[in-house]
Amino acid sequence: MKKTILALGAAVAVFAAGTASAQTLKTVKDRGVLNCGVGTGLAGFAIADSQGNWDGLDADVCRAIAAAIFDDPKKVKFVSLSAKDRFTALQAGEVDLLSRNTTWTLSRDTSLGLNFGPINYYDGQGFMVRKKLNVKSAKELAGATVCTQQGTTTELNLADYFRANNIKYEPVVFATNDETVKAYETGRCDAFTTDASGLYSERLRLANPDDHMVLPDIISKEPLGPGVRHGDDQWFDIVKWTHYVMITAEELGVTKANLGEMMKSTNPEIKRLLGTEGKYGEAMGLTNDWGARMIKHVGNYGESFERNVGMGSRLKIARGVNALWSKGGLQYAPPIR
Amino acid sequence: MDENLAPGALAGQMAPTGALQHAYVQNEPAVSLPPPASMVGVIGWLRANLLSSPGNIALTIIAALIAFWLIPGFIKFLITDAVWSGADREACITKNGITPGACWAFVRDRYSFFIYGFYPFDQRWRVDLFFVLGALGVTWMLWLGAPRRDIGLFYFIIALPLVSYGLLSGNNPFGFVSFAPQWLKATACLLVFLFAYLMNQSDDSKGALGFMTLFGFIISGVLLAENAWSLLKLSPVETSKWGGLMVTLVVAGVGIVASLPLGILLALGRRSKLPVVKFFSVMFIEFVRGVPLITVLFMANTMLPLFMPDGWHVDKLLRALVGIYMAEVVRAGLQALPKGQYEGAMAVGLGYWQMMRLIILPQALKVTIPNIVNTYIGLFKDTSLLLIVGIFDFLKAIETARIDPQWAAPTTSPTGYAFAAIVYFIFCYGMASYARATERRLSVADKR
Repeated sequence: MKKTILALGAAVAVFAAGTASAQTLKTVKDRGVLNCGVGTGLAGFAIADSQGNWDGLDADVCRAIAAAIFDDPKKVKFVSLSAKDRFTALQAGEVDLLSRNTTWTLSRDTSLGLNFGPINYYDGQGFMVRKKLNVKSAKELAGATVCTQQGTTTELNLADYFRANNIKYEPVVFATNDETVKAYETGRCDAFTTDASGLYSERLRLANPDDHMVLPDIISKEPLGPGVRHGDDQWFDIVKWTHYVMITAEELGVTKANLGEMMKSTNPEIKRLLGTEGKYGEAMGLTNDWGARMIKHVGNYGESFERNVGMGSRLKIARGVNALWSKGGLQYAPPIR
Repeated sequence: MDENLAPGALAGQMAPTGALQHAYVQNEPAVSLPPPASMVGVIGWLRANLLSSPGNIALTIIAALIAFWLIPGFIKFLITDAVWSGADREACITKNGITPGACWAFVRDRYSFFIYGFYPFDQRWRVDLFFVLGALGVTWMLWLGAPRRDIGLFYFIIALPLVSYGLLSGNNPFGFVSFAPQWLKATACLLVFLFAYLMNQSDDSKGALGFMTLFGFIISGVLLAENAWSLLKLSPVETSKWGGLMVTLVVAGVGIVASLPLGILLALGRRSKLPVVKFFSVMFIEFVRGVPLITVLFMANTMLPLFMPDGWHVDKLLRALVGIYMAEVVRAGLQALPKGQYEGAMAVGLGYWQMMRLIILPQALKVTIPNIVNTYIGLFKDTSLLLIVGIFDFLKAIETARIDPQWAAPTTSPTGYAFAAIVYFIFCYGMASYARATERRLSVADKR
């Protein structure tokens, strides 16, 4: 039943998407505000603070695009979307962009009429264990009991991983995330598994966070990135290059703080990034200083990362695979030229 | 007057003979003794209510044990061990192996988010004003001794919804007449005065002119209100920025106020003799009654945006929906009345609407008050279902805040939920208490 409705919705959506919006940038400019779909609250990615402002890595993607278009990161209307209605909201044109920790998969990319932008966070399933267990890798978890949530891809990944590595383990499943964490905390299991970003925020809520550690192993691929509708390549380009500009800025050492002097830089790469040379912004229907605007209002990728999920935040997630390619990570941007 | 029959005279005659001869005849009432000590006061109450039979004694002991076992824990968690102030999670985390109780500092830090959601900070006075106006309306309607309750009804049913809508959304609630140019508005107002003058001259206050004048007053009132409102220049706030307790109260309030009249109409339609009216009422009631609220919310949220790209919001849905449940409740009341009531009403020559208004509905509504209040309380609690479609009602605001790493601590979630429970309880208990009082007031007739 649910699948039928989803399929029907998707079919209608694909049909509607083809006709509805080829001119997203123009629509956004005319409206004067970017409609950006975010989640309903996920620590570090999109969460409301006490004033009701959205913070997080995903919210920063929205702000960066608004900064590029309007030179004003406040011109974003955040639309909170549940996991069930996120795709239809995008397809129906309720939002211009989906920036909602959505895993990029083949079926979503091809059958839902969506294009996924660059991956702004490489997530993956990890494990949390007690430090006193003295385990350094997931491969040492032989015979361990592992708490996980029922009916999720997490449960399937866990089974795949241990079977592939020929390790015996005992899964203990629970219906909700809160129950699962509680069970781990009361010692019902030796390890707790979910997406690594989730492990860090759950760890904070344990009675003694310092007694627990997140193992370095990542056993699944959860590439998270923004998504747009099919049928508007210009808009897709803008979303892609927003992320690439933020990475390039980090690579070149351009930050919010030193932007002023960087504007006077003679380095040709920096000049192209900030629009003091060439007409790269205009090629996308934006102004040439679009890159400078993003850095001015949001900062480079590293700044956004550290502020929201990294060492500058309470989550303290290590850069890991999300480091720049030049520092052993996967974040890599094509050249701006 | 016959002297012998006067009571004083009679007593005077009896006294010399009876009182002296028969010392055992008491001629004044005995002073009543106080009841035994075991029947009054604390002991009496305990005996009557807690210890009246062996079974009762056993129940009392069990209840006392449960209370003894639970209450100290609650008090310890919610009050004595609780953390009342602090800036972030540091205040509530486990220190030296001791986990503190409820983290009220978290609720204090986030209560404005719980109440206003994403409503712009500098515009929150509008929400406050809405709360005050709403409280005024509710008091006016529910307090029987309030003055001019007829104006109160007009305020509650017409003025309050319009003004609240205007205040919260920032749109002009009378905006539907904004197309009219100023000269047209001025002419309309002049015409009203002309009619009023003519009416005064002809004394025809009940006739066509009187009706025209009333109509004219309403139109010019709306026109003036439109102009006055546009002077306020409130900035628009989209419903996507509404949140917290405000959304819960708006949805529940609209549902409660709109559902009763609609429910009554549907219930009457269902018992109507006109086949078309009956058919559509039955269709409407049965269709929506047969679909769970959650399904309707999902359908509305996933399917409707595809067909209605702009300007459609889920909270509109709930308004139409709740009428249905109410219709069934009222219908049960209609059927509970004996047929003689209908026949009696018809026998004295009342028409259909007179019969309904004067005889049937007052009795039917009285019978259904417990059910109606049940439905209202259910509706109030059902507003929390909105969170599954991404609307930030009160519960969802708490849900979001509790996962914020700023307040990540072992007791943050229990505290958030305890706060939600307390607030929901206050509202629902308030409704239930008022309903009980109303029931008692209206059942005076049944007790004779």
